[in-house]
Order: sequence, then structure tokens, then C-alpha cells
Amino acid sequence: MELVIVEEVQKELNRLANQDVYIHLETTNGAYATHNDESFFSSGAFIRNALVKYEIGQIKGNGPYRIGLKLNIGWVYAEGITHFEVDDQNRLLMAGHDYQGKLAVAFQISPTPFE
Amino acid sequence: MEKERQILVIFPHPDDEAFGVSGTLALHIQKGTPVTYACLTLGEMGRNLGNPPFATRESLPHIRKVELQNAANSIGIQDLRMLGYRDKTVEFEDPEKLADHMGEIIADVNPSLIITFYPGYSVHPDHDATGAAVVKAVGRLAPEKRPKLHCVAFSKNSLDELGAPDIVNDVTAVSDQKIATIQAHASQTQLMIQNMAEKLKANDPDMIAWVNNERFWTYKF
Repeated sequence: MELVIVEEVQKELNRLANQDVYIHLETTNGAYATHNDESFFSSGAFIRNALVKYEIGQIKGNGPYRIGLKLNIGWVYAEGITHFEVDDQNRLLMAGHDYQGKLAVAFQISPTPFE
Repeated sequence: MEKERQILVIFPHPDDEAFGVSGTLALHIQKGTPVTYACLTLGEMGRNLGNPPFATRESLPHIRKVELQNAANSIGIQDLRMLGYRDKTVEFEDPEKLADHMGEIIADVNPSLIITFYPGYSVHPDHDATGAAVVKAVGRLAPEKRPKLHCVAFSKNSLDELGAPDIVNDVTAVSDQKIATIQAHASQTQLMIQNMAEKLKANDPDMIAWVNNERFWTYKF
């Protein structure tokens, strides 16, 4: 993973547009958030291998970044993205790491299903 | 500590064994007791990926699998089984099927002692779900056929509601092995191990007690 380079992420979002892609989208505060701080309201969401096709995907903001995909029949977006990588399976892996380096959000787009 | 014929440990995440039970397991292995460790997931959803990140969501399970094998080696565990569930989804499995699966492993390993999490008192939903499945599987056996069941609990209400743990093992004799086991899970423990090492060096009594005492509640049906 490296820090987001806006032009490169945009190029990858363009590459994966207008075709069937699989989405991994996750937000998390960790399973121990409320155990460590009872006043903390823990929330999160997780979806893996949602099959979608988007007509336009864009990266916005000055960092941490927002990524939005406009689908024919809906939307997918995430905020807080700090890092990205295109892995050896041509998957666009994006993540947001908090100030301690812990993962807070993951947004991944792949032409093939995630294992 | 009583000598056991065969131990079966069932936890959901690589590193669950490191903090609370690795010393106890090392002591049993020294006495010649074989230990089987069934680990349900590969901790795929861990939030520690390094800072700066050296792992991704997709590479993390591969890294943690190797760490788990290294941790098992540090303790001396010969029989490590990875069950193929996914981190943070254990509670959403069919509870009957999950208990069936635990029952199959128990029948196969035929332990005299099982170690797992105390359901309802173990904070992480995977911990509670794993403990509940093991309790259900053991509960299905005739009372005289049940192995002993020692549970780890660490929720804030565990002392108030369960009382004091009935088993406290002093694992000082194998503390180096225990620390090596914690270190084997480097991706998850890198940050905390520094803090631990500093406190141990400064003879912090709470940290020494936390590392050297392992606490269990015997589950009563």
C-alpha cells in the first residue's frame, strides 16, 4: 500500500468502469472499541463480493479522499481513503488508516470475486 | 496443575491463544500432554496492517496464517487445525451446524480437557459464538462422557457475575515462551509488545501479574 496518488487512483477507477466488478466495502472501529471506552458508540458495515457495474467512478477531496461509484441503479461510496495498491490480480485495493495506522475503511474493486 | 491425557483448544482468531493460554499450554506440553489447536478463522478482519501499512485486507490472512504456524511452534503444538471460517462472521453461522462441527472435532481429538472462551463474557462476538458452540457440543454428550471445559473470560462483568476464576496457573517458568508466542503474531502485536517489554523491564507489578497468571473458569452444566 502507498499513499493515494489521485491521478493513479482515477486511472484505475476508469479502467474498471462499465464492466462487472466485485466490491469489498468495510468500515470498522474494531471489535474492542466499546470494551476499551464504554462511551464509544461502535458501528460498522461490511459487504464482500457485491457484483456491480458502474458508469463513472471518481476520487474527490484533498485527503483523506472520498471515492464514489455511480451505478446504473444506485451508488457506492466511501470516505477516509488514505492508501491504495493495485495488486498482482489487477484489483484496486483502497484503504483508510487512522492516525495510529489502524484500518478504518476498506474499499476494493476487482474484476474477479474475492476469495 | 493436573496432568491431562489430551488437550483441545478452540479459539476463533490467530493470537487468541497467545495472551491467555500459551503459558498453560507450554507447561502441559512440557509434561508430555499432546495439544490440538483448532483455530476457526485467519483473523482476516484485523485492523492492524502496520504503520505505514505492510499488509492489505487481501494479504493479511496469508501473513496471519504463517504467524499462527510460528506461534504454534513456539508453544510446541504439533496439531494445528485451521477451520476456514471468516473473521467477524462466526456468530452469523448456523449455530446448530457450528456446534455439529465442534462436536466432530471433539469426537476426533477425544480430549480430557477443552479450552475455549466463556460464552457471553468474552467481548468479541466471534469469541462468544465460538464458546457457545463448544459448550453446546459438549453439552450434547452424556455427563459422564464430557471432557473438562475450561473457559477464558475477560469482559468487564466477568468477575462480578462468574466470581473469581477457579483456576489460576502461574506460567512464570515459561514466560519466555509465552512472550515469543505473542511476538510470533507480529502483525497484530508489534505495537503492544514494545509497551509490554518496557513495563516488564520496569518490573511493573500489574504487567508481571498479567503475563504470568492465566485464569480459567470451569464451565458447569
